[in-house]
This record gives sequence, structure tokens and C-alpha cells, in this order.
Amino acid sequence: MSTLSKRSLLGWSAAAALIALAGCGKKDEPAPQAAAPAAAPAAAPAAEPLKAAWVYIGPIGDAGWTFAHDQGRKAVEAEFGDKVKTTYVEKVPESADAERVIRDLAAQGNKIIFTTSFGYMEPTLKVAAEFPDVKFEHATGYKLADNMGVYDTRFYQDAYVSGVIAGAMTKTNTLGFVGSFPIPEVLRNINAFTLGAQSVNPDIKTKVVWISTWFDPPKEAEAAQSLINAGADVLLQNTDSSAVLQTAEKNGKFAFGWDADMSAVAPKAHLASNMVFWGPYYKKAVQSVMDGTWKSERTIWGYKEDANGVIKIADAVPEEIKKKVAEIKEGYKDGSFDPFKGPIVDSDGTERLPADTMPDQAWKDKVDFYVKGVDGKIPAGK
Amino acid sequence: MDQTALLIAATLASGTPLALAGLGLLINEKAGVLNLGAEGMMLVAAIAGFAAAFTTGSDTAAFIAGAAAGGLLAAGFGALVIWLNTNQYATGLAVSLFGYGFSAFVGVGYVGQKLSERTPFEVPVLGQIPFIGPALFRHHPMVYIAMGLIAAAVWFLYRSRAGLVLRAVGESPESAHALGYKVRWIRLMAVVAGGALCGVAGAFLSVVYAPLWVEGLVAGRGWIALALTTFATWRPVRVLLGAYLFGGVTMAQFALQGAGVNFSSQLLAMLPYIATIVVLAIISRNPTWIRINMPASLGKPFHPGT
Repeated sequence: MSTLSKRSLLGWSAAAALIALAGCGKKDEPAPQAAAPAAAPAAAPAAEPLKAAWVYIGPIGDAGWTFAHDQGRKAVEAEFGDKVKTTYVEKVPESADAERVIRDLAAQGNKIIFTTSFGYMEPTLKVAAEFPDVKFEHATGYKLADNMGVYDTRFYQDAYVSGVIAGAMTKTNTLGFVGSFPIPEVLRNINAFTLGAQSVNPDIKTKVVWISTWFDPPKEAEAAQSLINAGADVLLQNTDSSAVLQTAEKNGKFAFGWDADMSAVAPKAHLASNMVFWGPYYKKAVQSVMDGTWKSERTIWGYKEDANGVIKIADAVPEEIKKKVAEIKEGYKDGSFDPFKGPIVDSDGTERLPADTMPDQAWKDKVDFYVKGVDGKIPAGK
Repeated sequence: MDQTALLIAATLASGTPLALAGLGLLINEKAGVLNLGAEGMMLVAAIAGFAAAFTTGSDTAAFIAGAAAGGLLAAGFGALVIWLNTNQYATGLAVSLFGYGFSAFVGVGYVGQKLSERTPFEVPVLGQIPFIGPALFRHHPMVYIAMGLIAAAVWFLYRSRAGLVLRAVGESPESAHALGYKVRWIRLMAVVAGGALCGVAGAFLSVVYAPLWVEGLVAGRGWIALALTTFATWRPVRVLLGAYLFGGVTMAQFALQGAGVNFSSQLLAMLPYIATIVVLAIISRNPTWIRINMPASLGKPFHPGT
């Protein structure tokens, strides 16, 4: 092929590709690539609708963590209609890219930005310092600033309820947990799961496998399979897909949905789905920015504020367990019940909380141990 | 003992997609084309296979769809790299990125869907033997087909005329061209065949292994397959064993964790790549070894008539 025709062929293909890209138009700027800032509605007319933005770690299509956040964003749109204009950017890695994306969003005129993963903490803090008029809200973190708040939900309340169900349904007295990273949030969930199961079945043991990622369905399936091979017959996970549930179904064991309603995925294996509802908090936050009453604080919501819930409990679960679950939910709503009420003893035998003591938030933030009944050692580092 | 049998079984299942993709890449590389687009092809095939299985309920349709999707994308890659002589590495990377985005885009409607239930497969008499039964004979047919394909590849490459021509094209395309063989068409056929095999691997992941579809399902296995081909010094049987090794390392790590032993998972995730670098370093020290093992024209474009 002569170089002349090759060059012109390549030139025409490039031109065609550019035309196609431009013609596709932009819907809600999903790609975190360079195209977004240039094409963004930076020329938006005066402050009329409040602009709110979300930064997601995964794809909305994960049917899990990010999907739940997006449901919350949609709830905001439904509630405020024309008074708000929402944007989101998905699949933003927890690195320097995050800082660039957050800065772009702030520069585009968004007045409140939600960053929905723990690893966005430092980038959010940095950008917050540069844009004092914009409010930033960081999910599951702990660093605050004048214009940066933190919000979280009580996943462990869900995990405890799942534990109660698991303890009743297990026949081998071995439970399995597929974990992402050994951070306090995940350790709280493992502990709550174990404590819940022990409350109805003191002989259970929990085995944990860490896969060092929040999202990798084949790996989650492999981890679940290895737990089943080791004797676990009820599984819970802290990872973002339904792979664990489907592996349980394949093997005739039980499991739970996490972050989303996964009951349709595995009808025989599904015991319940652990939900998180971000809608109520997002609505409150956006309203407070509109009213001018926003302040930087650490908000942790749970059952009481309808931010968590365990739904679609399977028919196979015995009636007395369902009643116990209902009582626990009541206890959450009126604040009288806490999964971590003392005595709490860790897997080395050290007492971490004396009997009849209610833990405070500081204690919960520093959970870095397994409770008695969880096998193995926590891997070092994140 | 039961646990060991289950670990062996898990290793075989985990290594099969790697073996299939590795074999496809091996065929590409024997012909002299380095295809870095394996990840993209596996993803595109995964969504094609999942969609086919979802619509028709048949695994066979899924594998055919996956092979077709992988082969088509490979044909596009081949046209760019063989006829337009674009840089193989850059084009391969571009194909990978394209495959990721395209599969995510097409697959939006399939997230959260589930396939109809399948009966677990078991080889009739052999599957009941204690220990060996659960370890070796209770797998999806594709696991056995993968082993068969490796055997077929050995025969094809080393015992058949066509395989000889393929290897000749990979070692010295100029000589093959001088002998009258259509080097570019042979390379294209190799690329498409390789892409089809990567496609079968991708479909296996989404239809049998996971089985579900989400963006990024393949999660880097295409890159591991690329490393695998080099680690196996371009020999089919070594590709199979290497695939089981890489797959087994992950499963062993989980089994160890479940037993309470802690081994840094990050270290284990690095192992396939470290092993590959070590092998490359070893064979590169001796020019004879390189000549024996690596196809001489790997990665180099071919211009007939120069």
C-alpha cells in the first residue's frame, strides 16, 4: 500500500471518528476523560437551579455501592425538580485523577459536591481549601474542614441483623465473609455479623477471606468458593457485586445481598438484602445548601433515619427469627439497641469493652480487631 | 483431603480462561503479531456471550457469540496492524481500551440480570471416584475442551504443514514471502483465530465462571494471559500448566486465608508478573535461547516488496 493512500485513509478515518464523537453529544458527562470539562455547561445562566455533583468510584452499572448512591441522587432530582441540576462522574480512581475531577466540578459551578468513597478523602480536602464557597461532603471518611463535611451510615446495623439470620440458618456452624480491605468499617461489619450470629447460636465461627479490592466479580466468586470449600454455608460480603450470592446459589448454600436488592439474582440462596439508602441524607444536604443552613459536621445515620435496612427476608427463615429481627429494628429506631454493647472480647481474649457499656463513636471508629469467634488474623495494612 | 480435591478443582476452573486466552495469544505471537488487545477482546466477548446466553439460554450459543465477537475485533486489529502497518503495541492498547468502553456501553442493559439455572456437570462414572472425582471430573465441559485445544495446538503447530508455515511466517516473514506464501493473510488468520480463542475465554468468564455481567468483569485477566504466553516461552503445554499455576496461586491464597494463614494478597497478585519478568531475564541472557524460544519477527511490521 503506498504511503500516500495510507496517510489519506488514516486522515479520513480520524476525521470520521471526530465527527462521530461530536455527533454523539453529551448526556450527563459520564466519562472522566478530557472531553468533559471542555464540553461542560460552564456557561450556565445565573444561579437559578442549584448545581450539585457526585463523584463515584465505580460504574452505576455495578448494581451495588455506586448504584445505591445514584439512586440517592435520583431521589434528589425527583424531590427538587427544576430547582436543582445534578451531575455525576463515575469510575473515578482514588488518586490524583480524583483531585482533578473534583476541581473541575467545583470550577463548573457546582455548589455542593459529594465524593462517595473513602479514598477521596485527601483530594476532597485539598480542593475544598481552594473553593471556600463550595460545600463538600465526603462519604465514610473522618476529616473535616470549614466547607467539608462527612457522612456515613451504620452498615454494621445491617450486618448484625444478617448475622442473626445467618446464625439461625447455618447447619455447619461456619459462616463466611468476603472482605475488601481491613479498614474499621469492614471490621465492624465482620464483628457485627459474628456477634449477631452468636446471639442465636453461640457455637458459630466466621472465616474471612480478603480480596484487596471493592469490585472484581470473578475474584469475589473465587473467594466465595474457597470459603464454601472450607465449610462455610452462609456467606456475607462487603464487596460490590452479586458474585458471592451467585456462587452460593451454585453450591446450594446461603448468602445475602449487599448495598442493593439482590433477591432476584439467586432466589434459593438469598436470605436478605442489606440496603443503604442515601436519598434521605442527600435531600437534607441539598436542602440545607438551598436554605443557607449547611454546616460542616460528621453525620452518621442508620435505621433511625431510614438510611439502612434489611429487606426481602426469605420465607425459609423461621418465624421466631423474623420476630427477633423486628425487635432489633425497633431497638435501632429508638436508640436502645447497639450491636456493640459490651462485653466485647477480641479473638486474642482481650476485653475491648466492659459488660453493659454502650460504645461511643470514637470506639467504633477505632475497631481494628476481630471479635472472638472470627478465625485468623487481620492482614497488615490496607 | 476433601479440601485439597476442591482446591485442585478450583485451580482447574480458574486456569481455564487464562489457558484459552493464552493459547489464542500464543497463536498470534507464533505468527509474529503481538496483540496487546487481549483484555478488550475478552470483555467484548464476555458481553456478547452473556447476551447470547441470556437471550437463547444456550451455553453453546454463548461461546459461539463470544468467539465471533473476539474474532471480529481481532480482524479489525489485524487490518490495522498487518495492512496499515500501525505500531502493534499502540494499536493493541487502543483495542483494549476500546473493548473496555464498548463492552460497558453495550452491556448497560444486562447488569444485574441473571442467566437461567444450569445443572452442574459431572463425568458419568469417573466423577464419583473419591478425591479424583471432585478434583478432576466435575467440571464444565469447556475445561476439558481447553485441554483438548491445547493438545490440538501442539499437533497443529509441530506436526502439521500449516503449523510449520505459520511458524515460518513468525520466524522470518521475508523468507516465507520469498517462498510464495501470502504472509499477510496467514498473519490475519492467526490473529482472528487468536481473537476467537480470547473470545471463548471471555464468554467462559461471563457465562460459566462468574456468571454475570458488570463493567470490567474480566478485571485484568487479559493482561495475565499476555504475561502467561511469555512466561510459557511460547509453548502450548507450558501455557496450560502456567495457566493452572497462575489460577492456582489465587485459589491457594484464598484457601490459606480461610484456614487462618495470612499471606500478603498484594504480593501474590504480583507473582505472575514477577515470574514472567524472571523468565524473560533468563532467556534474554543467552542469544541462542532467545532464538530458540521467541518468534523472531514478534512485534515487527512486515512490508512485502521491501
